[in-house]
Amino acid sequence: MNGGSVEETRLQRYARTPWRGLALWMLSVPATLVGLWFITVVSMITSFVGVLLFPSATMLLRDRLDAYRDRIGRWTDITVQRPYLPEPAPEPGLNGFFKRFIALVCDPATWRDYLWVVVDPVVAIFTAALPGLLILNGLWGYVLAAFAGDLIGHYGGSDWYAYIPITEGYGRDTGRVVSTLVVATLSIVAGYAIGPKMMTVYGHWGRMLLGPTKKSQLALRVQHLTETRSDAVDTSAAELRRIERDLHDGAQARLVAMGMTLGAIEHLLDKDPQKARLLLAETRASSAKALHELRDLVRGIHPPVLADRGLGDAVKALALDHPMRVEVTGDLPGRASAPVESAAYFAVSEILTNTAKHSGASRVWIDMRHENGMLRITVTDDGHGGATLDGGTGLRGIERRIGTFDGVLALSSPMGGPTIVTLELPCALSSPKISPS
Amino acid sequence: MRVVLAEDLALLREGLVSLLETHGFEIAAAVDNGPSLLKALLDHRPDVAVVDVRLPPSFTDEGLQAALEARRRVPGLPVLVLSQYVEQLYARELLADGAGAIGYLLKDRVFDAAQFVDAVRRVAGGGTAMDPEVISRLVAGSTRDTPLSRLTPRETEVLELMAQGRSNAAIAERLVVTERAVTKHTANIFTKLDLPVTGDDNRRVRAVLAYLNR
Repeated sequence: MNGGSVEETRLQRYARTPWRGLALWMLSVPATLVGLWFITVVSMITSFVGVLLFPSATMLLRDRLDAYRDRIGRWTDITVQRPYLPEPAPEPGLNGFFKRFIALVCDPATWRDYLWVVVDPVVAIFTAALPGLLILNGLWGYVLAAFAGDLIGHYGGSDWYAYIPITEGYGRDTGRVVSTLVVATLSIVAGYAIGPKMMTVYGHWGRMLLGPTKKSQLALRVQHLTETRSDAVDTSAAELRRIERDLHDGAQARLVAMGMTLGAIEHLLDKDPQKARLLLAETRASSAKALHELRDLVRGIHPPVLADRGLGDAVKALALDHPMRVEVTGDLPGRASAPVESAAYFAVSEILTNTAKHSGASRVWIDMRHENGMLRITVTDDGHGGATLDGGTGLRGIERRIGTFDGVLALSSPMGGPTIVTLELPCALSSPKISPS
Repeated sequence: MRVVLAEDLALLREGLVSLLETHGFEIAAAVDNGPSLLKALLDHRPDVAVVDVRLPPSFTDEGLQAALEARRRVPGLPVLVLSQYVEQLYARELLADGAGAIGYLLKDRVFDAAQFVDAVRRVAGGGTAMDPEVISRLVAGSTRDTPLSRLTPRETEVLELMAQGRSNAAIAERLVVTERAVTKHTANIFTKLDLPVTGDDNRRVRAVLAYLNR
């Protein structure tokens, strides 16, 4: 993962990494201070003051360690997720406070954090900071060879540079000066050479202690599943209610009316054929209306093109019916499972509706592709932007619904546009249906 | 006139057979699935085919696929497609080869026997029969900032009927005006939309549909 928008060249990476390593090492200074405060609070835990201060100290510590997670994420290919277990729902009063306290004490990540603060400064010296230290050592060698060695000797001091003694007469001993230069140069070269490798090693170390354990990963997963499951149940219940109401008020009512009219026609057939004919025409019109309503209802449940052809063509059909100019690009080499297709379809449909209502756009571009087991749909419009997830735009609802499939929604909508909505749904594609020949 | 019919619901199939037979059509074959439809179309080479979009065994757009495939092998084979739903996407695919002799109607249009039979005859004669719903959605979809918004309501009405594949005489009868009035309206429409004027109904439909599809 590379945080910057511009990809680093190999050379830049080699040149920068040693200094980044040192910067990471420097982070341990504030972290150690926070760690000291944390352990002080812990030592008071038997008293009320300790209990009172514990949550804030823990949060302070987490905050500090987020800096490491952030740097490791930016400077290596390793992503370190936050490992913390979900906190209990906030409750007012003392009760809520104690619940939170217990949860924090019981979260192993709290104690792993402290372990990190204690151990990391030492580990960093031999990993991330090592290249930088080697380079500094090389530079010091140059300084010694240039004049400092002579000065130290002159004033009667004595020191070692690697295996080279620095004593009186160092400056006139060419052998020792040349050796110093050779060692210094090797040190710098080695520092730059091992930089990225050491950074990766450090990244693994970071993920080991700062990342989630199997247990916390499971806990986070359970929380996510619980939320999305209840969302899914709610939406499907609401959908069923809507369908029931539509059928009750629409087609069902019309069929009842038609039955009654047909009964009336039966009576009128002999007495007043003229009137019967009139009622028959009415009944026919009524049946057409019932069909029309059923058609609309089915379209809202599962659009025919989606059933026939899959997501690609269904979105194309949607684009054709849309009042704005909608261009669809991209190609799906197969079909996703029916629930995923349906979720993606209705998400796109709702985004288009939103765009028409709020964006002031005249053109929309939809791009669909499937890469690395991920269905990615991008909807871009040329409107005035400024859309938010929560501004009553319905985007939050879409996010919740695709959440059931572990899908995510990303929104980019700066003032002045353009607005880009990206959907990502993990799914596998089945091989395409072979058309009859 | 020989007809091949494909419809999987027995009740509706029988209804269509008797409807078409009463109006003097000869049923060459009446089938209920996609593969036998394609075979019947290629074996019988009917004057017109009446095809349901959704057919077994897959219950997807099998009928449409068979019709398109048959038209690839027998260019210009007249096909009238019936469906519970009309989709612009499918209308485009049917019209794509530009050979005409295409119909695409909602199943409810069968309720009005006279109009339906008229549509079948039109398609058999190489004309076009597009469902009013397809056309009205096309028109609705392209009204913003296009020359369409310059048409009078009456002209829009005439345009929709034209796009459905109706002749001037039929349009005049439908709108209860003289044929000359319709000719005047169509001339106005073609000028406003900047389309080449043509007397041929079929080419006219294609020009209008191409315009709407833009």
